[in-house]
Amino acid sequence: MTLKKLALVAATAAALATGPAYAGKSDDSLVVAWGATGALENVDNYFNSARVGIWFSRMVWDQLVYRDPATFEYKPLLATSWEQTSPTSWRFKLREGVKFHNGEPFDADDVVYTLNWISKPENGVKVQTNVNWIDKAEKVDQYTVDVHMKKPFPQAFEFLSGPITIYPNEYYAKVGPEGMHKAPVGTGPMKVVSVKTAEEYVFARNDDYTWGSPKGKAQTKKIVVREIADVQTQVAELLAGGIDWTADISVDHVEQIGGVPGFKALQSGTMRTGYIGLDAAGKGNFEPTKNLKVRQAMAMAIDRESLVKNLIKGDARVIHTPCYPTQFGCDQNAAVKWEFNPEKAKQLLAEAGYPNGFEIDFYTYRPADWAEAVMGDLAKVGIKAKLTRLPYFALRDKQRNEGTTPMFLMDWGSFSMNDASAITSHFFKKGADDFAMDDEVAAWLETADTSTDPAVRKENYAKAIKKITEQVYWIPMFNHVRNYAFAEALDFTAYEDEIPRLWQYGWK
Amino acid sequence: MLAYTLKRSLVALMILIVVSALTFSLSHLATDPALTIAGENANQEDIEAIRKMYGFDRPVHVQYISWATRALAGDFGVSYHYREPVSDMIAGRIGTTMTLGCSAILFALIISIPLGTVAAIRPNSFIDRVALFFAVIGQALPTFWFALMMIIVLGVWWRWLPISGNTSWQHFVMPTIALGYYATPALMRLTRAGMIEVLASDYIRTARAKGLRPWKVLFKHALRNAIIPVVSLAAVWFGFMLGGSIVIETIFNLKGIGWLSYDALLRSDLPVVQAIVLIFASFYVVLTLVADLLNAYLDPRISVR
Repeated sequence: MTLKKLALVAATAAALATGPAYAGKSDDSLVVAWGATGALENVDNYFNSARVGIWFSRMVWDQLVYRDPATFEYKPLLATSWEQTSPTSWRFKLREGVKFHNGEPFDADDVVYTLNWISKPENGVKVQTNVNWIDKAEKVDQYTVDVHMKKPFPQAFEFLSGPITIYPNEYYAKVGPEGMHKAPVGTGPMKVVSVKTAEEYVFARNDDYTWGSPKGKAQTKKIVVREIADVQTQVAELLAGGIDWTADISVDHVEQIGGVPGFKALQSGTMRTGYIGLDAAGKGNFEPTKNLKVRQAMAMAIDRESLVKNLIKGDARVIHTPCYPTQFGCDQNAAVKWEFNPEKAKQLLAEAGYPNGFEIDFYTYRPADWAEAVMGDLAKVGIKAKLTRLPYFALRDKQRNEGTTPMFLMDWGSFSMNDASAITSHFFKKGADDFAMDDEVAAWLETADTSTDPAVRKENYAKAIKKITEQVYWIPMFNHVRNYAFAEALDFTAYEDEIPRLWQYGWK
Repeated sequence: MLAYTLKRSLVALMILIVVSALTFSLSHLATDPALTIAGENANQEDIEAIRKMYGFDRPVHVQYISWATRALAGDFGVSYHYREPVSDMIAGRIGTTMTLGCSAILFALIISIPLGTVAAIRPNSFIDRVALFFAVIGQALPTFWFALMMIIVLGVWWRWLPISGNTSWQHFVMPTIALGYYATPALMRLTRAGMIEVLASDYIRTARAKGLRPWKVLFKHALRNAIIPVVSLAAVWFGFMLGGSIVIETIFNLKGIGWLSYDALLRSDLPVVQAIVLIFASFYVVLTLVADLLNAYLDPRISVR
C-alpha cells in the first residue's frame, strides 16, 4: 500500500468517526471542486479547450439547439424551429422573450454577431474545428436567422447544440474575450458573480430563466466552483465538508468514499474512448509496428475483457470500433473484432519474423496500472514493452513533433459530440495525430464528413471502420468511466456525454 | 568590505546570466512552443504561422537576447496558456508564496534555535535525545505525507483548520508547519553543534568566571557567535522554501508561484517557466549574497579572508 493510499484510508476512517458535514446544504448552495487536469485558462467559451470549460459554459450560456443528454435527440433551445433551405443553409426561428444576464434582449442580432465573429479565423477562437465550417450568418428578421455553411456539413447540429453558444452582441463587441473572461454574460441558468482565474468561480441562480428551457431552472441559489489540483485534497475537502461534489477521483477513491456514511461515489460510463495507437505509418521509423501481422498479434495478445473487469470497473465495456457506439456512423458490424488469443498472436509474430518478440517503447499519460496490465499481456507473447508516462501535453507534443511513439495508450472524448467525425476523422484524415496515413481511409472519411445524405455517410464511415480495424491502426480498448463522489443528500445524475449539469443538482 | 561586496555581487550576476541562458535554451530544446500555442486542433499551416508570428523560427540565441532585454525591463512576455502578461500573473501570486515562505522559515527558526540551544546546554541528556528524535522525524517524513496527515487529523477529523485555499491566516497554519518542519532538523543541529563548540571556548569560561548571569552568557555571548552559520543556512533554506513550495502549494491549494510553476510545466508554458526560474534563481542568489554580507558584518574576519 502506498503512502497516499494509506492517507486515504486514514481520511475515510477520520470521516467515519466524525460524521458527515456538507459545504452548501445549509444555505442552499452547491460547492464543487474541479481542476485535477489543470486550471481553466479562460472562461470565455471560445478561448479554452478544456473539458471543464464545457461544464462552465453550460451553466452560463445557451445554444440554438438542445441535445437531450439521455436520448441524443435535438430539441429547441434558443431556436424554436429550423429547416434546411439548401444543402449548405439552415433557417432558424428564434425564441422571443429571452434576456441575457445583463438585461440585453436576445434576438437575431446576437446570433448573427456571434456566428460571424467566431467564424473569422483572425479572431483566434481556440478550437478552430468547432467554428471553421460556418460561412456566415444572416438576419432575416428580428427572430429569424439563416446560417450558411462553407460546404455541406452534416455534423452542424452537433456543434450548434454543443460548443457554439450565443453571446450578447452589444456586450461582446464592447468588452471582447478579455472582458467576457472577467465578467461572463449569457442567457443560461446561472449568472456569473465572480471569476478568480484558476482559483474560484461563483454563480448565482438566474431568476429570469423561466421561458421553458429544457435545461431547467437552477436547483440551488448559488454554485461555487473551486479549482483544486490535488485529488487527495479534493477528497479531504469533501469528507471535511469543504466541497459537496467532485468528478476527479480515481477508482480507489470510489471504493473508499462509497463506504463513508453521508457520501456517495459512483462510476458512470462516458463517450471517452480509450485506444492503443500503433505507428503503422512508420513516422518514428520503428519497423515492427509497420508490419500488419505484428499489429494483429498485438491486438490478439491483449485481454481487454479482463482489463475492463479488473481495473476500469463501473459500467465500462470493451470497444471494438475507432469511435463510440452511440456516435452517428459508428457501425459496430463494420468492425473486425480481435478476440483475445495469445497462441494465435505468437503464431502471427513468428510469421511476421519475430518468433522471439521484440522490444517496444510504450507511452501513456493514464494510470500506470492500466499500461502495466497491457504490458503483462504483451510479455506473454514475447513483446517487451518499456513504459514511459508523460503528462498529456508533453506526450501529445512528442507525438506531433517527433512521431517517436510506436505504441501509445490514449483516449479521446470527442468533445462530447455524438458523431464519428469527432473522433475517427480526427485521427485518420492525415492530420497531426494520424499514425496510419492511409489515403483510402482519409478519402472515405472526407466523403462521410461532407455528405448530406445519411446513408452515404454511414456507408463511408463503415468502410473506414472496417479498414482501420482490419489493419489494426488502432486497438480500440474501452470506454472510460468518470468517477464521481458527492454528498449523499445531493440529487446528482451522471450523463454519458461527461457533462455534469451542475445547476440541476439540488439538495434532497 | 566594499571590494568584498563588489566581488560577491559580480559573481551573483554571472550566476543569473548563466541560469537564465540555460533555462531558455533547454526549455526551447525540450518542447516546441508553437505547438503549445496552436492548441489541440491546429494543422501544420497554423503551427507554421504561429512559429513566424512569435519569432520561433529565429536562432535560439537571438530569441534569448530579445527575451533577456525585455526581461530586464520587467517584461516577461505573455503566457501561452492564460494569455495574460507573465509579470502580472507572478505579481498576483507572489504574495501567497512570500507569506508561506516567511512564515515557514520563521516557524523553523522559532523551533530550531531554542531547541538546539537547550540540547547544547546538556549534550546527550534526555532533553537532547528528545530534540534529536524530533529532528530525525522531521527529516525522515516525506513532506507530502506529513501534510496529508495534518490535513486528516486537523482538517477532516477535528475540523480545526481549513484544508485548502488562502483566504485567511488559518489557511496558512498547516502549510507553514509542513514546510517549516522540514527545515527544522538541519537548523537545529547546526545551532546545537555551534553552541556546543562555543560554550566550550575560553571566552565563555571567562564570562562565566566573571559571574555573569547564565542567560546573559548563553544568549548575549554564546548564541551570537554560534548563530553565524545558522544565518547562512537559514538563507539557503528560505530560498529553497520559496522555490520548493510546489508540493505544499499544490496539496494545500495555495495558488502561489510554486503552484504556478507546476501548472506551467504541465502545459509547457515557457514564458512562465522561464520567468519563475529566473525569479527563484534571483531569490537564491540575492539571499546567498545577503547571507554572505551579513556574515561578513557579524564576523569581519570573513571579508578579509
